[in-house]
Amino acid sequence: MQKVSTPKKSDPAGRAGPPENEVPKNIRMRPYFIIAPGMIILIGIMIPFFMAIFLSFTNYSFKNINWHLVWLKNWIGMFKDAEFYHSLLVTLEYGILATGVQMILGSVIALLLRKNTLFNKILKVLFTFPLMVAPAIAVLIWQLMTSNSVGVLEKFLNLIGVFNFPWASSAKTAMFTAVLIDTWVNLPFVLLLVLAGIQSLPKSPFEAAQVDGAGAWFTFKTLTFPMLKPFMYIALLFRLMAALQEFGIIFALSKGGPGDSLMNMSLTAYMEAFKYSKVGASLPYLLVLWVIINYSAKAIVKRQRALAKQAQGY
Amino acid sequence: MNQNKRTAGSLLGALGRNVVLIVYALFALFPLIWMVLCSFKSDVQMYNTVFRFTPTLENYRNVLFGTDYFRAFFQNLLVSGVAVVITIVAGVPIAYALARYDFRKKEDVAFTILSFKFAPEILVCLPVFLIFQKIGLYDTYFGLIWVYQLVTMPLVIWVVRGYFEDISVEIEQAAELDGYRWYEIFLKTLVPLIKPGLVAAGLLAFIFAWNDFTFPLILSGFNVQTITITSMRYIASDTVHYGQVAVAATIAVLPEVIVCLFIQKHLVRGLSFGAVKG
Repeated sequence: MQKVSTPKKSDPAGRAGPPENEVPKNIRMRPYFIIAPGMIILIGIMIPFFMAIFLSFTNYSFKNINWHLVWLKNWIGMFKDAEFYHSLLVTLEYGILATGVQMILGSVIALLLRKNTLFNKILKVLFTFPLMVAPAIAVLIWQLMTSNSVGVLEKFLNLIGVFNFPWASSAKTAMFTAVLIDTWVNLPFVLLLVLAGIQSLPKSPFEAAQVDGAGAWFTFKTLTFPMLKPFMYIALLFRLMAALQEFGIIFALSKGGPGDSLMNMSLTAYMEAFKYSKVGASLPYLLVLWVIINYSAKAIVKRQRALAKQAQGY
Repeated sequence: MNQNKRTAGSLLGALGRNVVLIVYALFALFPLIWMVLCSFKSDVQMYNTVFRFTPTLENYRNVLFGTDYFRAFFQNLLVSGVAVVITIVAGVPIAYALARYDFRKKEDVAFTILSFKFAPEILVCLPVFLIFQKIGLYDTYFGLIWVYQLVTMPLVIWVVRGYFEDISVEIEQAAELDGYRWYEIFLKTLVPLIKPGLVAAGLLAFIFAWNDFTFPLILSGFNVQTITITSMRYIASDTVHYGQVAVAATIAVLPEVIVCLFIQKHLVRGLSFGAVKG
């Protein structure tokens, strides 16, 4: 009867139920049997990942059939290349800008929507629409508005005295445009998560604060904000991981241009591989990106867990 | 006096709050409204009108019957739909095992599955592209459906695992005492109980697959096309028919907005992979 164990581990040793030798083998093996089909599908697709590590030490290219090991040549070449540091900078800039704007505005709007009125409920549903839009399609939708021939935004901007705003066609405003589109799509994600956090807040600490005569700002600073932090960290985790590797929006918008203004690591690697057909040289970019994403994800998850534990103490 | 001040203050606060919300609502919704408007404008009206124009269905006719958009739409539907079905058949048992059994390396398995979500898509794409070309899976339904598992499977597994954990273990124990086998319990008691959540997770996974850009860009060519890739062509051509761009975008977005209305209740939980139970 050990088959069904409680979701939480009851046994301090980490193994539920009686010792293994009392359990029939077919029951002990059952979970592996259950997960096998799905895992085969996933692992099959994961082999390429290990291949990527191997190929980064070769001069593999689509043109050259006689490829061979070049060991660290691609890696050293990348670290010597100014393009690498530029792409690293663009990656971080885009990631931090997009995530930062979405986190701040998304949280503010969630706080404004906190009262459960019909008006707010309808707004919340409407606000989720852009989140469903594919990044590449979002770019198309924004091009309908920012195009200098048919774009309606040009007409609006003329009213406030701005003429010929260049949007994605100038290196100076390309980053702004890309972050704007990213924010249009993804701000509702932060908004929804923070709002869910707000709606799950326990009532009693706030009643106690009111009885003690605490001011609104004091209540927010010492109660609301710390209790919302775990939710904000989850939003941060998902947003930052996606923004650091953003490909679709930038590719659809300008293929990394004008110039190299939007060439983040994903775009640079794509161009290396498909434009210059140097697959071996493109992979170190992606592996470095993967390490950055993995490490920041781990750091955020760790902090989130500590905060969640803290928040439960209130 | 003090009372008056407070009501004036809260009135001002309410006003400020609503102004911010309305500005954001404009930002969030105007692009979609503009897209729909543009889809009904003729090429000429596109340039010389803003909000007042005589609507025409010309763009819809041109896109649906004059180009292969229709084909891409159904290919996208097929690829994403089959990908989600496979994910549910193979992934829900994994979710169940992760929720109910203790086995060695369980948490490692769970986090490995989650890490697919955070791996840069191009990193996976490049070697897959090389392999697919070698073994003939490049530009095929099978190949695309297979890699879409990386998009749909982590989502479904993590969300559905949470739904299984919400169900009391006693239900299973009771069924077990009644003499049901484990797979009967799984199929006849548990799956019906989580059905609403499962359907929502499946639909959300479908949207993710439907929206994917990087995989079809690299792994498919002329044979299998998705609308995210096909739509790009309307803007890339020399003489851009903005009305057709608008139609392409409208048709791509419409099914998603409809699905989104149906899964509102499960949206937060799905989007956060079960981390936030909204």
